[in-house]
Amino acid sequence: MQGEQTSPSAGPPSVSITVEDRKAVRANAPKARAEALNFWYGSNQALKGINLSIPEHQVTALIGPSGCGKSTFLRCFNRMHDLQPDTRYQGSIMLRPDDINLVGAGVDPIEVRMRIGMVFQKPNPFPKTVFENVAYGLRLRGVRNRTDLAERVEGALRAAAIWDEVKDRLSDSALALSGGQMQRLCIARALATQPEILLFDEPTSALDPIATAKIEELISELRQHVTILIVTHNMQQAARVSDFTAFMYLGELVEVGATSMIFTNPGKKATEDYITGRYG
Amino acid sequence: MAAVAQLTLEDLRAGLGWRKQLDKLFVIVGLLVMIACLAILAILFLDLVRDGASRFGWDFFTSFPSRKAERAGILSAAVGTTMIMFVTALVALPVGVAAAIYLEEYAPKNWFTGIIYGLLALGLFVYQFGLGQSVLSAGLTLALLILPIVIVATREALRSVPKAIREAAYGLGATRWEVTRDHVLPYSTGGILTGLILGLSRAIGETAPIITIGALSFIAFLPPSPVSGEFPFLNFEWLRSEFTAMPIQMFNWVSRPDQAFQANAAAAGAILLGMTLLMNALAIWIRYRFRKRINW
Repeated sequence: MQGEQTSPSAGPPSVSITVEDRKAVRANAPKARAEALNFWYGSNQALKGINLSIPEHQVTALIGPSGCGKSTFLRCFNRMHDLQPDTRYQGSIMLRPDDINLVGAGVDPIEVRMRIGMVFQKPNPFPKTVFENVAYGLRLRGVRNRTDLAERVEGALRAAAIWDEVKDRLSDSALALSGGQMQRLCIARALATQPEILLFDEPTSALDPIATAKIEELISELRQHVTILIVTHNMQQAARVSDFTAFMYLGELVEVGATSMIFTNPGKKATEDYITGRYG
Repeated sequence: MAAVAQLTLEDLRAGLGWRKQLDKLFVIVGLLVMIACLAILAILFLDLVRDGASRFGWDFFTSFPSRKAERAGILSAAVGTTMIMFVTALVALPVGVAAAIYLEEYAPKNWFTGIIYGLLALGLFVYQFGLGQSVLSAGLTLALLILPIVIVATREALRSVPKAIREAAYGLGATRWEVTRDHVLPYSTGGILTGLILGLSRAIGETAPIITIGALSFIAFLPPSPVSGEFPFLNFEWLRSEFTAMPIQMFNWVSRPDQAFQANAAAAGAILLGMTLLMNALAIWIRYRFRKRINW
């Protein structure tokens, strides 16, 4: 199965996907689990009965055509939808080990966002200094001690593989960085607060190929420290960075499995059509 | 497809020539309109300066009004205007910014009635509290007058902070107030100050509201000084003082039968206009500086 290119049906030329020679990964114990998750924007149901486990310290990719609900699903994990009026959750996303329902009515969305970090589609650093960008989340959590702050900021910048590039520019404006550096700064900003899960919402769609490669490499490394859930438009990216891939279509979870399986031997026709480029 | 005639390169060039002409025409029309506006302003200003030329001098600034035109000055009016503007800014800025933040970040959909009642209440507050003919009541009245300007400008400034920045802050676990305090407000300071200054430069020339609350046009004394030599060093008596203001003084001089006072009115007018232009220039400079620092 591994490394094998499958083109199970004649038709449009399949997107060339190289799945690296990875042993069929075994799933770790789940860090979070969505159970019968429904979500509505007003009267429009955007997510329909999603069941999905997010294994700890592994990368799970969400793929699917535009409008399939993958970003909507991702944003349930840190309750971003609560910022919009007229949105409604049903079902649960249980976070282990304390078994808190992230989308539960009694759970404070701010507390959820303190535990689950997010990196957005476009790099969105604050128009403050590089240091202040990374320190902000810590300040919100009441870290005041200067040396403590400095240490943690450096740690986060190192973890995001950007320390060497910005160590002499910590008090420069973050807006002076390049697009790829800004995005790694945003990753550092999220990492500084030691989130339990890190959400990536198409983190490289605004970046050039070289910056993209750096971010992908970083995501692959980060999985040792944090559980990662990533939405991507780019199937090669899902194949390169993720351990597990979930395919969504029209608000439903069609199929989930080890990435090597999904890309070489999908179980459902819809998945196969999507990854071979019939629609997208 | 065959039915549609192919456009030749000549056709394209002919069309392009015409469109470029139109482009140039627009530039010329725009330039003419702008020059006309500036020219009218300059003519009015120079006219005032010429009429009032005989009165410009140190004495004009340091003299109280007088029955004799050549001895009359704008000291009490200038001090009155400065104090009123100070009160106006001090009230309009926090109230306007708070109202705008509420409307933009917190308000439910029926905010409109809320703001109307709010303004009404503030108006009643000013008139019912019996503040009388004081600097305080003039400042509050003018603050009320420019509040809409400050609120609209502030809302515009708050709205220009990208959603992505707010999401970044919320995503780190910030509360709504923390997002506003740490991000939205600091990033929109330029727009807010610009709105305040434009509002103030509108208020500085207002006559009618100040007359309504009873500004006196002949005041030969200064309000008590806000700063004093002894503890507690601050003195709020000036707020209760009677006052006059630049536009009132002008109005008074213009309506005198003695022609000599017309020169005084013109000189005061030129100074008032100059102050307004300066404030506008300051607004432009602030906006430019903040734009340069933060470009999304």
